[in-house]
Amino acid sequence: MKYIDEYRDGAVARTLAARIARQADPRITYRFMEFCGGHTHAISRFGIADLLPGNVRMIHGPGCPVCVLPTGRIDMAIRLARLPQVTLCTYGDLMRVPGSAGQSLLKAKAAGADVRMVYSTLDAIRIAETEPGREVVFFAVGFETTTPPTALAIRQAEARQLANFSIFCNHVLTPPAIRGILESSSDGVEIDGFIGPSHVSAVIGTRPYDPFADEFSKPVVVTGFEPLDVLQAVLMLIRQINEGRHVVENQYVRAVTREGNKAAQAGMADVFTLRDAFAWRGLGSLPHSGLKLKNTYAAFDAERRFDLEDLPGRENPACECGAILRGIKRPAECKLFGTACTPETPLGSCMVSSEGACAAHWTYGRFRDHQRRAS
Amino acid sequence: MCLAIPVRVNALLPGHMAQVSLNGVSMAVSVALVEDVAVGDYVLVHVGYALARIDPLEAARTLAAMREAGVIVEREVYHEIY
Repeated sequence: MKYIDEYRDGAVARTLAARIARQADPRITYRFMEFCGGHTHAISRFGIADLLPGNVRMIHGPGCPVCVLPTGRIDMAIRLARLPQVTLCTYGDLMRVPGSAGQSLLKAKAAGADVRMVYSTLDAIRIAETEPGREVVFFAVGFETTTPPTALAIRQAEARQLANFSIFCNHVLTPPAIRGILESSSDGVEIDGFIGPSHVSAVIGTRPYDPFADEFSKPVVVTGFEPLDVLQAVLMLIRQINEGRHVVENQYVRAVTREGNKAAQAGMADVFTLRDAFAWRGLGSLPHSGLKLKNTYAAFDAERRFDLEDLPGRENPACECGAILRGIKRPAECKLFGTACTPETPLGSCMVSSEGACAAHWTYGRFRDHQRRAS
Repeated sequence: MCLAIPVRVNALLPGHMAQVSLNGVSMAVSVALVEDVAVGDYVLVHVGYALARIDPLEAARTLAAMREAGVIVEREVYHEIY
């Protein structure tokens, strides 16, 4: 595929890796967090860790919206789905995420709840139009990439006077999560620089990362999702550190601008407003990190329409997703990893989404652990 | 979840929609969020919506820089930021 295959060229990857090896100062340890789950997946899938010198370490971040959704919100979605009049539409990633007591949307569906997997908010709108007797609720989840499509769906529902459409809003924001990680780093992981998100940045631009370079003195390189992109970004981060710089750089110039997508930003600003705080799995409650519908769109808010109460949620006590999402632990350090918890029978959210650190390591990285143990 | 895929716009449809081909599969996506999309453009599509247009010149320049192990883009980006 054009704009994908050429950025996966093995020979070029080896050239970049050789340059990284030359530039990396053996006296320095470079600890870079890739915020986004898409990068975690790419790093695992393409074996990028194997191409980097031992003193360049990639730390997986919390940028997997499925992974950071607290169990209580899954429980609330399941409760919604069980209402007899409700058709719950959801992205496929959320079907198998464990709620409390081993529940999931997939199990609720098997027990008779009307849960439907959709590709797009456009599909959910279509279902609401063709089935006026059903209360169609869209389980809205994701960062700034999936938020503009939800905003457009709300505006479309309003324009078409769709009285049977609403959303269960769980949209979250990237910059407050990065801030949360940096501010909690006294008890957590040391980070020397960030690989910034690809497509979140296509929407928000590179400007929102400025505080992490200015206030926290951390280099940030906004990076595409292909392996050559990631390698080039690592090289750019190493150079910044070697030269004592900490600025926001843009490696993904083919799709990301400093200002981002203004139409998408305007759509989000029209429909959503900040929650005072939102609870993240692993990161805890972060101020102004989640979105809710503005009062002008309250009619489309499923939490109000169905008088949905907040549920606390109970996670499997042995699950280390929280520490893994903060970058404190690696997947293999969880005792459930690969034993009770696998992609077929996930106990924690990080094992569900292909972007989750545990699923990525299980699929592409665990063989390396075996080799390490054997040698 | 935030992975958008580059697709070619094959035809523009009414209501800010476009026909695109995704690895040989033809589908209709919304282009309401990207201005002035034209047939032949490549856009990044996520959950049925185009989020950005790919700049073919920057794409080629990035690739050229990668082949030379990164030097050109870095210098340009560095200047762009300051």
